Amino acid sequence: MKHFLFLMLVAAFSLPLVAQEQSTAPYAYRQLDDPAQEEQAQDLMESLRCLQCQGQSIADSDAPIAGSMRSLVRERVAKGEEPEAIREWLVERYGDYVSYAPRLTSLTWPLFAVPLLFAALAFLLLRRRFGRGGGQ
Amino acid sequence: MIAEFGLAALWLAAALAALQLLAGVLALTGRGEALAGIVRPVAVMQGLLALAAFFALILLFIGTDLSVKLVAMNSHSAKPFIYKLAGSWGNHEGSMLLWVTVMGLAGAFVAFVERRLPEPTMLATLAGQAFVSIGFYAFLLMSSNPFERLDPAAPEGNGLNPLLQDIGLAFHPPTLYLGYVGLSVAFSFAIGALITRQVGPAFAKAMRPWVLGAWIFLTLGIAAGSYWAYYELGWGGWWFWDPVENASLMPWLAATALLHSCGVLAARNALRAWTVMLGVVAFSMSMVGTFLVRSGILTSVHAFAVDPERGSFILALLAINIGGALTLFALRAGTVTEGKRFAVVSREGALVVNNVMLSAILGIVLFGTLYPLVAEAMGAKVSVGPPYFNPMGAIFLVPMLLVLMVGPLLRWRRDSFSRVGKRLILPAVLAVLAAGVLAGWSGIGVLPFIGIVLAAGLAIASLLPLRERNFRRTPLSVWGMVAAHFGVAVALFGMASESAFSVEKLVAVRAGEATEVGPWQVKLVNVEPVAGPNWTALEGVLSASYQGGDETRIRPQARSFWTPPQQTTESALLTRWNGQLYVVLGGEADDGRWQLRLWWKPFVTLIWYGGILIALGGLLALIGRVASDVRRIVAREKIADRRESQGR
Repeated sequence: MKHFLFLMLVAAFSLPLVAQEQSTAPYAYRQLDDPAQEEQAQDLMESLRCLQCQGQSIADSDAPIAGSMRSLVRERVAKGEEPEAIREWLVERYGDYVSYAPRLTSLTWPLFAVPLLFAALAFLLLRRRFGRGGGQ
Repeated sequence: MIAEFGLAALWLAAALAALQLLAGVLALTGRGEALAGIVRPVAVMQGLLALAAFFALILLFIGTDLSVKLVAMNSHSAKPFIYKLAGSWGNHEGSMLLWVTVMGLAGAFVAFVERRLPEPTMLATLAGQAFVSIGFYAFLLMSSNPFERLDPAAPEGNGLNPLLQDIGLAFHPPTLYLGYVGLSVAFSFAIGALITRQVGPAFAKAMRPWVLGAWIFLTLGIAAGSYWAYYELGWGGWWFWDPVENASLMPWLAATALLHSCGVLAARNALRAWTVMLGVVAFSMSMVGTFLVRSGILTSVHAFAVDPERGSFILALLAINIGGALTLFALRAGTVTEGKRFAVVSREGALVVNNVMLSAILGIVLFGTLYPLVAEAMGAKVSVGPPYFNPMGAIFLVPMLLVLMVGPLLRWRRDSFSRVGKRLILPAVLAVLAAGVLAGWSGIGVLPFIGIVLAAGLAIASLLPLRERNFRRTPLSVWGMVAAHFGVAVALFGMASESAFSVEKLVAVRAGEATEVGPWQVKLVNVEPVAGPNWTALEGVLSASYQGGDETRIRPQARSFWTPPQQTTESALLTRWNGQLYVVLGGEADDGRWQLRLWWKPFVTLIWYGGILIALGGLLALIGRVASDVRRIVAREKIADRRESQGR
């Protein structure tokens, strides 16, 4: 019985350690030396989804995959790649899901059409409301 | 025993809701005028019974009664008292019980105090409230019974998600729910007024305090939720455009629009149909939010309830309630006219712009939140996040804020820019000055730039309605408006400043080593183990000094909970008037160095101070409105008394 309890305790304490296993990729927790490049990388990381987490960007997660992706983004930015080119590369590999900035495609066009529609609607509504003899 | 009592109370409350609906309908249709008298008392009893059921659940959680399934699934005997309490609503069944309790109490409150409207409208309103309640009682009793027993009882409970074991989150759901569900009153008022065709200034005046009350709680709930995400998730972000956050923002947007259109209807008898429509939309957004969060259709940081079977039930409720209300609206739209007309440049005109822009923002948030679900149903996965919501929202937010600077200065019905133009010189100058200063700064994004400029202008413009006023004679509601609008400027400045000026530093340091972030010097003194009631942690002891000033100790932790086993980071915050130092302790590297994440976030606290100011503005307006209503009623009674005594 004592052994069992001990094992339970060990199990209880070791689980979180496994869960906490962090990415060991070189730039997961290290910033680029050039502040301008780091800012570019940061902006991009904040708009990429961590595929393992729930609703977090790779800039906001301790998950190993998020760390690896941060490292990848920083290394590529350091090499002088354009952030949008890196995003495209990632979207090609992981699909649209990875980017929080939807592209204009045959699937996502309503996302851009609807705000336009709202703007037109708002304009028409205000014009109709005030247009004809608004001074009454 | 307590569980059975709670369940019985819940069934009784449901039965009374049915009685309330039946009596209301019979009395309204002229088949049982005698029943009209019981509707109000029944509504009060129903609310009290729901409250009794909720108290029963709280007692079960406090006592950790492990023979109740919900307690065994979500609590643990070793949990601190406050989280046992909060655990009762930190789960699906409990939060739905909280929902019906708030709904019952709101109905009871209306039944008890509201006497300004014609009795038929009140009967229809209370019947509407009962109708919506019945659906949620059915949901609770049929598919989410919180009082279900477990036989045999569990030896120990599963515990509460450690992320939720935080004092901020303990009171976040009740606050938010008071707002969410409080809007059901506006919904029922809209239904009641549509049924009896009594949409006018009296209706708006009666509905306004209820909307204000719900809106205050919503505002506080959203601000508190945002602050919780900021310090508890350990990454310094305060808004993620996560679907669950959007679910709380959408009712707020609708309620804000409703509040303003209520003002137009009450003062000028205009925007009748529009105001009723917003009353329906506001609570519909609460229900849509509940569907998103409770159905398990989303999986996100917040979505701690995952049970797809329940989704269809809530969806059916949504369809019945929203569909029914919209059908009624369509049937009555012909008879509820828009009301009096007004000029473009007038107080009403500005408020219409506010309403149209808020509705457009609401539409974008709703669409952007739902679209990934639609795409997924079509077999493709897309993500919609800040790079979408920020600019799309700004398209409508910027014109709205510009109008907000002028609107409160305009007269009702008809005004001219030449009259108010001179007064706007000061805010305009300040905005231009801010733009000039910022132009010299490198690397500020477009949106933060616009945000700071607008905030500078709005901060002054929002105070202008007080000019040339006798402060002691200024009505409380005007003070409230000024406070709320000033709060918008304050929050906007905080958001833009956080985004434009934050400094981040990731380092690995040994004990004794120091690093710098912005104006701060931070030294790691040592790392030591500490233990709490249901967790152990590594605690970093750091000393921080601002520009070489006094050193302050701060202690971020990396906690390990064991029921359920999970890691959380407890960030350490050091607050100054001009911002916050945010420190997180990361993992240990092989060579004995510790990972630290540090941020200096200038003026970040203004985001939440602004939120509190906005809520405070609402509170002042509420007190002002209710006090003047009470004064009017008292005066009327006095006159009636005098007439009576003269008549004798």
